[in-house]
Amino acid sequence: MTNSLPRTVLQSLNQALRQALADDPQVFLLGEDILDPYGGSFKVTRGLSTAFPERVLTTPISEAGITGMAGGMALRGMRPVVEIMFGDFSTLIADQIINHIAKFHGMYNNQVSAPVVIRTPMGARRGYGPTHSQTLEKIFLGTPGLTVLAPSHLQGGDEMGAPGQLLYDAILRQDGPTFFVENKLQYLLKLLTPENLQDYDVVESLPEGGFPAPCTTLSLRGAPPPQITLTAYGYMAHLALQALHSLAYDYEIFAELVVPTRLSPVHLDPLFNSLQRSGRLLTVEEGTMSWGWSAEVVARAAQALGPKLQKIGRIAARETVIPVAAELEEACLPQVSDIISQAREMVQA
Amino acid sequence: MTDYAQLYKKLYTIRSFETLLLDEFSSGVFPGTTHTSLGHEANAVGVLSYARENDVVVSNHRCHGHFLAYGGDPTALFAELLGRPGGICGGVGGSQHLQWRNFYSNGIQGGTLAMAAGMAFAEKQAGRNAIVFDFMGDGTLGEGIVYECLNMISLWSLPILIVLENNHIAQTTPSDRAVAGSMTARFEAFDIPTTHLDTCDVTEILPVAGELTRIVRQESRPQALVIETARLSTHSKGDDTRDAMDVELLWTLRDPVEFIGLLVQDQERFKLTSKIDKQIRTAYETALAMEGRSA
Repeated sequence: MTNSLPRTVLQSLNQALRQALADDPQVFLLGEDILDPYGGSFKVTRGLSTAFPERVLTTPISEAGITGMAGGMALRGMRPVVEIMFGDFSTLIADQIINHIAKFHGMYNNQVSAPVVIRTPMGARRGYGPTHSQTLEKIFLGTPGLTVLAPSHLQGGDEMGAPGQLLYDAILRQDGPTFFVENKLQYLLKLLTPENLQDYDVVESLPEGGFPAPCTTLSLRGAPPPQITLTAYGYMAHLALQALHSLAYDYEIFAELVVPTRLSPVHLDPLFNSLQRSGRLLTVEEGTMSWGWSAEVVARAAQALGPKLQKIGRIAARETVIPVAAELEEACLPQVSDIISQAREMVQA
Repeated sequence: MTDYAQLYKKLYTIRSFETLLLDEFSSGVFPGTTHTSLGHEANAVGVLSYARENDVVVSNHRCHGHFLAYGGDPTALFAELLGRPGGICGGVGGSQHLQWRNFYSNGIQGGTLAMAAGMAFAEKQAGRNAIVFDFMGDGTLGEGIVYECLNMISLWSLPILIVLENNHIAQTTPSDRAVAGSMTARFEAFDIPTTHLDTCDVTEILPVAGELTRIVRQESRPQALVIETARLSTHSKGDDTRDAMDVELLWTLRDPVEFIGLLVQDQERFKLTSKIDKQIRTAYETALAMEGRSA
């Protein structure tokens, strides 16, 4: 493959799909409007139907049907990848994931495997309104048999880029199903290479069992011991990194940022390590707060750290519909300023 | 020449299995619940007589008959229903979730058609000349994913034989209170050629299923077969809300085992019946004696 090095999350994911199609004839892509010249609503599949016309399938508007079919394809030896055009539409495939694809391996007594990857962009800030802006992965977090991944632009400088590598590995290097959470604004983020991150100490850790998705712990190089740990994934990691920077330079508050790429099953040891140092936890997510990602993270942290966890804070979307009007949309979503003010409150109080 | 005795043996094996299962259920050895294939025996045997080694069978919550007609082992099925580690799925799946060789069942209705469609897609791509048999019931027609899948099955010309066993009742709801319009027209609306059979006679089902299977295999395109059938027993264990007289009438008019039984010589039938009953009893007792899990 002759590709220029990817510069953005989008390019990285696109390259991963291309590479997976090239490397294994059992890889098939299914999705709505994914053919060239359109190449998908967010262009993640651009160019792929031209390069692999037989294995990139445009489908009817049948999210449940294509996801369910992917389950059957996987049981018979294929490695299908389904694009769900908007993450909001993943409500339509919940039965296919929960009662079919994620169940097959366990309920058939480990006699089969179903390597399906379902990718979808979550997230708002584009004015798409109530049904095209949500962050809904919490529906699937904790589903037995399912891995939920969210790529990070903070990692890696290798050829494919870390987001793509994560996707590639999910497609070809594991036998279980994956729900792969992308984010609309994250697509445009530049991949941060070691050169971009030279102001930071960056530690990557892999979980001991299950899908080996890296978790990044990041702090300003030479900073004093952290007073607070921020944790976020996907696009929120981008906001949290800005907050970390401002907290240090504007307020002399030193934070560590922990960015997991495997959300479920949880991989939180790096977070616990950071909390041993800081004692304060601030979670940032774009979904609504109740019964969400941060609830589990905080509960686990409390279990793991006991009284060493002195303070917790949670930032999430307000529990409303996501409005179209820009100022209303902004008001209901987590902003960098929210992270900064809550972190200040937690450290200075 | 049709070997009626052989057919009787196949149908009666299912009958005997399900009868013993229901009889023993009240003793409390089986966990959970079960749905039996009583009354559906001819469909399973008639259709799956054409299943070849590489073919795939997708079934539903009422799957024991399909499993046994596919060649599944009664002992392993009993063991599964008993929750024994030696069962088909180690006792994890139980009655509704069987997987053995190319046989798969799931307790969620409409989604099984999506699974079957995906399998047919894979088989078509692989060029193994294998086809998929998908069994669904009239109740399944209520779920939307069925229509998404019929659309794609037709659009992509998938090699699948969809068998709709219309037993006219979904749990306790008669189909005239749940299904509007025509069942066959549902498939035809998607350009899936559909054959309608109103029979419990396996000798009538066999030639039709044979021809449909041939078309699906040779021409790699879908076919549907709607069979009017009868549920001769409860939905699961003891939940039949139908009038006892109506059910009695079904036993008189629509018992597939009796239909084929009439074509077998009395003495031979008696011999087969007691031999199969004994085999099924032995299968049950073998499974019962299998080691369980230590608590």
